[in-house]
Amino acid sequence: MSEIPGDLKFLKSHEWARVEDDGLVRVGISDHAQGQLGDLVYVELPEIGASVQAGHGVAVVESVKAASDIYSPVSGEIVAVNETLNDKPETINEDAFGDGWIFLVRASDRGELNELLDADAYADLVENEDH
Amino acid sequence: MTEKTVLNETHRALGARMVDFGGWDMPINYGSQIEEHHVVRRDAGMFDVSHMTVVDLHGARTREFLRHLLANSVDKLKVQGKALYSCMLNEQGGVIDDLIVYFLGEEFFRLVVNAATREKDLAWIEKQAKAFGVEVKERPDFAMIAVQGPNARSKVIGLLAEVDHERIKKLGKFAAAAAQGPHGMPLFVARTGYTGEDGFEIIVPQEHAVALWQALADAGVAPAGLGARDTLRLEAGMNLYGQDMDDTVSPWEANLGWTIALDEGRDFIGRKALEAQKAEGVKRVMVGLVLDDKGVLRHGQVVLTANGNGEILSGSFAPTLGKAVAFARIPTGEAGDVRVDIRGKEVPVRLVKYPFVRDGQPCEGI
Repeated sequence: MSEIPGDLKFLKSHEWARVEDDGLVRVGISDHAQGQLGDLVYVELPEIGASVQAGHGVAVVESVKAASDIYSPVSGEIVAVNETLNDKPETINEDAFGDGWIFLVRASDRGELNELLDADAYADLVENEDH
Repeated sequence: MTEKTVLNETHRALGARMVDFGGWDMPINYGSQIEEHHVVRRDAGMFDVSHMTVVDLHGARTREFLRHLLANSVDKLKVQGKALYSCMLNEQGGVIDDLIVYFLGEEFFRLVVNAATREKDLAWIEKQAKAFGVEVKERPDFAMIAVQGPNARSKVIGLLAEVDHERIKKLGKFAAAAAQGPHGMPLFVARTGYTGEDGFEIIVPQEHAVALWQALADAGVAPAGLGARDTLRLEAGMNLYGQDMDDTVSPWEANLGWTIALDEGRDFIGRKALEAQKAEGVKRVMVGLVLDDKGVLRHGQVVLTANGNGEILSGSFAPTLGKAVAFARIPTGEAGDVRVDIRGKEVPVRLVKYPFVRDGQPCEGI
């Protein structure tokens, strides 16, 4: 599997969060998660302007194999969604940590980010899952 | 204890994602399931189906035994090498398994049954065979590779001994013949499949399976996993045992009426129950569904109709169509506007006649 970028934080449920330069939090699913799901065929994106709570379902990704809820790592407001995924859900398979991002949140409490796993802890989690 | 086919190492070396499938460690894909699906529709792909169970039946009364065992009539098999798809039923008319039977000689027939039902199938067949003095012999010494797609036959034929080319080229649909493969290996080549495409299913002695796989790969046949096999067979309108029917479902309720032969005077197991069910009226039917909106139909989702609820049996995104399709079992009668409950949301679907796809093309009305 591909390298896990060091600037990402993770939920145990395999979502990643990246704090952008402007302070907004970008969210996607890990490369490990896309590999487990297999080819993605449909992404149900949240509404822009919707308020979200940390740990609650915000989006759904569906692969040929299964549907999976996507939880928000932080509370706040959705300020952008990755419209590309409407036509090209496979972007997540191709670049889970980059072009395959799913939504962008204006966090109401950045402190919530401290409760997430860092890249090393997430790598350990994935490692243990495989055994 | 997980079982492994002789090609297990080959799959792993190709980077396959392996999953447990009915107790077997099998490749679900080698990267992209959708790409593997498309390569079978457009060119040629190969599947390791060595987990399937080959059972040889020998004895003077073998045909008579199969007349009793199977819901379809082996009397349709008149020419050596011909194959027949049939259900094997219990006394209640429920499906124990679906299988293919090959006529190889008046005293020699071959069955290919599902992997997940191996033990109960063998127990049932052996029990029924006793009265006919038929010898039931499992053949774990065989591996099986399905080569499917519009270019599958020509790619396989190119690997056969020169002397076999013409004969195998002329092999009709649902017929099998012996042929010599690469390095002279003995093959049993059947023009059958589970994808809706032309192609062969090849039974090969285990010790030659890796070499055959390699020769096929060198001839440009792409490895495809069980994930693609599932979406291909669903698009092609083919049932999956355990998902679309089981011991509690009759062929009438699984859209397999076409495989029941109610020929005069043949007393096959389950016949009385099937006839009673028909006379009474079959209460459930299996139908095809298409979802034109976004979303995916999946096994277990509730189907709402004017006559009451049913459920989705096999359901998936269909790569050839770019949308989701499914088989569902619903109450008999005028269904009205059909909807499916997808995670709490009622989504309208179209009730259609299937197959959804044949020979690479969407069928009319899909």
